[in-house]
Amino acid sequence: MTTLKEQTIIQEEFVKRMDEDELLNCMRCGFCLPSCPTYVESGFKEAHSPRGRIALMKAVADGLIEPDEDVERSLDLCLGCRACEPVCPSGVKYGHLLEEARDIINQNKKHSLPVRAVRNLVFTGLFPHQNRMRAAAGLLGFYQRSGLQSAARKTGMLNWLPKNLSTMEKVLPQVPKLKEMKNRPSHLPADKPVKKAAFFTGCLMDTMFLETNNATIKLLQLAGCEIHIPQNQACCGALHGHSGEKQTAKDLAKRNIEAFEKLDADYIISNAGGCGAFLIDYGHLLKDDPEWHERAVKFSEKLKDISQILYELEFHKKVHLELPGQVVTYQDSCHLRNVMKTSVAPRTLLNSIRGIEFREMKDADRCCGSAGIYNIVESEMSMQILDHKMIQAKSANAAVIVTSNPGCLLQMKLGIEREGLQHKIKAVHIVDILLEAVIEK
Amino acid sequence: MVDVQIKERFIAIVGAENYDDSKAGRLVYSYDATPNFQSMPDAVISPRNAQEISQILKICSSRGIPIVPRGSGTNLCAGTCPTEGGIVLLFKHMNKIIEIDEENLTATVQPGVITLDLINQVEARGLFYPPDPSSMKISTIGGNINENSGGLRGLKYGVTRDYVMGLEAVLANGEIIRTGGKLAKDVAGYDFTRLLVGSEGTLGIITEATLKLIPLPESKKTMLALFQDLEQAAKSVSKIIAGKIIPATLEFLDQPTLKAVEDFAQIGLPTDVKAVLLIEQDGPVDVVDKDMQKMAEICQEQGAVSVQLAKSEQEAEALRTARRAALSALARLKPTTILEDATVPRSEIANMVKAINEISQKYGLSICTFGHAGDGNLHPTCPADARDKNEMERVEKAFEEIFIKAIELGGTITGEHGVGVMKAPYLELKLGHAGIDAMKAVKTGLDPNNILNPGKIFAKDNRKRVVVTQ
Ligand SMILES: Cc1cc2nc3c(=O)[nH]c(=O)nc-3n(C[C@H](O)[C@H](O)[C@H](O)COP(=O)(O)OP(=O)(O)OC[C@H]3O[C@@H](n4cnc5c(N)ncnc54)[C@H](O)[C@@H]3O)c2cc1C
Ligand code: SF4
Ligand code: SF4
Repeated sequence: MTTLKEQTIIQEEFVKRMDEDELLNCMRCGFCLPSCPTYVESGFKEAHSPRGRIALMKAVADGLIEPDEDVERSLDLCLGCRACEPVCPSGVKYGHLLEEARDIINQNKKHSLPVRAVRNLVFTGLFPHQNRMRAAAGLLGFYQRSGLQSAARKTGMLNWLPKNLSTMEKVLPQVPKLKEMKNRPSHLPADKPVKKAAFFTGCLMDTMFLETNNATIKLLQLAGCEIHIPQNQACCGALHGHSGEKQTAKDLAKRNIEAFEKLDADYIISNAGGCGAFLIDYGHLLKDDPEWHERAVKFSEKLKDISQILYELEFHKKVHLELPGQVVTYQDSCHLRNVMKTSVAPRTLLNSIRGIEFREMKDADRCCGSAGIYNIVESEMSMQILDHKMIQAKSANAAVIVTSNPGCLLQMKLGIEREGLQHKIKAVHIVDILLEAVIEK
Repeated sequence: MVDVQIKERFIAIVGAENYDDSKAGRLVYSYDATPNFQSMPDAVISPRNAQEISQILKICSSRGIPIVPRGSGTNLCAGTCPTEGGIVLLFKHMNKIIEIDEENLTATVQPGVITLDLINQVEARGLFYPPDPSSMKISTIGGNINENSGGLRGLKYGVTRDYVMGLEAVLANGEIIRTGGKLAKDVAGYDFTRLLVGSEGTLGIITEATLKLIPLPESKKTMLALFQDLEQAAKSVSKIIAGKIIPATLEFLDQPTLKAVEDFAQIGLPTDVKAVLLIEQDGPVDVVDKDMQKMAEICQEQGAVSVQLAKSEQEAEALRTARRAALSALARLKPTTILEDATVPRSEIANMVKAINEISQKYGLSICTFGHAGDGNLHPTCPADARDKNEMERVEKAFEEIFIKAIELGGTITGEHGVGVMKAPYLELKLGHAGIDAMKAVKTGLDPNNILNPGKIFAKDNRKRVVVTQ
């Protein structure tokens, strides 16, 4: 709840900070409505559509309405999937509007004590510090290995958690040992290097999904890249940027720019769509910072997703890929598709694996409902979206659902678990299946 | 206007979950796709059937509460802007395709059905519903009927009106009537179906429609003719029609429009030419081939620099999609996008294009033009900035001149977007005093308390304005 005084301040900030031209750029044609998952899932409520959300932001800036609970609710329920952007003929940068609006609201309202504590822990205590991330993941690993996990499951302790959180607990991957997470060289040669690639490892990817990161490195080497992994890189800041913690996001961005620009690599590679989309927007994030803006743009120009770079270096033509016969489908990572505009590359790569049948799933380009921490804070809508996703997944009849982002991967695993299909369908990151296809041969 | 007691009565009819009078809930229905119009309703109601609507209208009639039916709010004449407050009526629950009757070739639908959904459903059965406004992926059938919308296929197949066979409507007094039906012939009384089509929500609330379907043409081809001269393109249009060919589609886009669309679609549209015609023909393969050949020749005779046939259905669909995005794509150029809908007889299309260019130069405006050239229906569009008073006044004057020119050429002020609030002050230009009086008589007869979408079609005063408020 925001107090009236907070609302007044928020309103003033809207007038000052919201980009008026961008708000006016929306001509209200409604072309984005059918692509918006929350519009469809809410039973066609305009307040949960991109056009409606933009109108609400504009109305607050124009002083037509106050930023009351309902306005906040509308913005909270937005997945931030940005499916509304590529379909907008007018080119409205919805993501930027949302980010700014959320930052204004969040910075000017007092959260309740528990919410504040959690936000503080996650946004400033945990994610900006890779060593703490490792420790936290280590703790999770300890929990999984020590027998605590099975004890917790047996005693029914987990029933205290909301249902999807306790299911989520089941699908978390086995976390690697702390030792494994720390020991990795910062430079890896290729067989015959053609390109110099700097690898953005990502905080979740480098802890919970360490194996996937290792697979990424192997694929890059096979594709002819020598790889540099700057040790002082930081979290990309996406989680902060999307949750109204813009300042922390900017600090993290600067740390990353500094860490990577020295290397003068040909590419900066990310293997998480969510991180990539934020990294590629550093130019916008730091647009008002004359010292950093240009450096940020340079950084972003080099950024590519792993599937895009493999595709461009013709990895799939150089390396023989083969797997036993099975149907494979692909779930787009929203940010990879809508922001990084990478959707052809992963499909082409999968299609070039011999032996498998690649089958497109209906609405593969629609959000799975994971959306950062959305599946925890807006679990009802998230699960509704996931259930519809699983209907499509089931009718594609695939044995493997491939994704390109850790959040999506966990969400798909959660969906499979909820449907009780863990013996029939598995969800994997694209680099894992590609590496498997290399080895199988 | 809606006091507590009335609110409770509404809730008793539709349930609390279908009544919203929160500020945010009302704000998001305070606008449509028309620039510069916004006005808050008092409440938003989502009824579930005709009976509920009937009860709501009875209350509104007795209390003089305005009622604004709203599909997806994509109209371009401020037709769903609640300028006098009142109730916005949504059809999100009434969005079922009730029946596709393959024996009588009809579809019966509720008003909230999305146009493209219907088109896809009937095409899956080898049938065809031709009206395809560019907004079809979001527009509703209720909206299409009430604006009598046209589309890319209008030239050969006509507009929405030509496919409405019967309607169920709730009148202002709450009575439910049925007009027409699945009948090829029916002269029992006035043609109420036609009267309700294009009535912009001012005569009744449409709750069901029976639509005509036709067999799906067996083949279709698409081509793009490129011109370095606008008038050559326009003349080609008249020549094609004079050449006794009726293509399925004959669309015009000028260079600035092409550039804006290419910016969005990135499909390699030619942006180095002054204008293109998007031409399509459908039907039996040999007829299509012959017509396409002949039309290509006509374009070349008129001076086309190139005529290119789409190589695949995918490429053709990309071209159509790009064309449909034209208006919204132009919106990327400047904050306020003012578009018009003047229509002239097909033979006058070149004269109209010429006049638009002269007028835009006279007022120092850059007007981009695209549209359903084959229907004589152009959309001169002016990217402007509503915050610039001087510019808006020039836009106002330019459009007034365009309207006058269109009428002079035997045309009309709006071909498919409707009158709404936006063009109400100009209606007299087309209809004359007596014409307006006759229409008002119909309106007063059916809606004596003026509750159905008040303030639309008929201007309060005759001060002419399209874009300048106050
Ligand atoms: C980008 C863009 C492109 C467009 N292209 C075209 C085009 O090619 N051709 C064309 O003709 N138009 C076009 N339009 C205009 C608009 O899309 C059409 O008028 C469309 O039919 C409106 O449908 P809607 O569902 O949005 O109706 P709305 O805008 O919600 O309503 C339109 C009118 O119908 C009334 N109404 C709606 N439902 C009912 C009902 N059940 N009972 C009674 N009255 C009702 C409303 O009161 C209003 O007067 C375009 C608009 C945009 C933004
Ligand atoms: S965001 Fe874009 S697509 Fe959506 S209503 Fe606005 S202009 Fe149209
Ligand atoms: S970001 Fe996604 S959920 Fe949010 S408005 Fe856009 S399409 Fe809808």
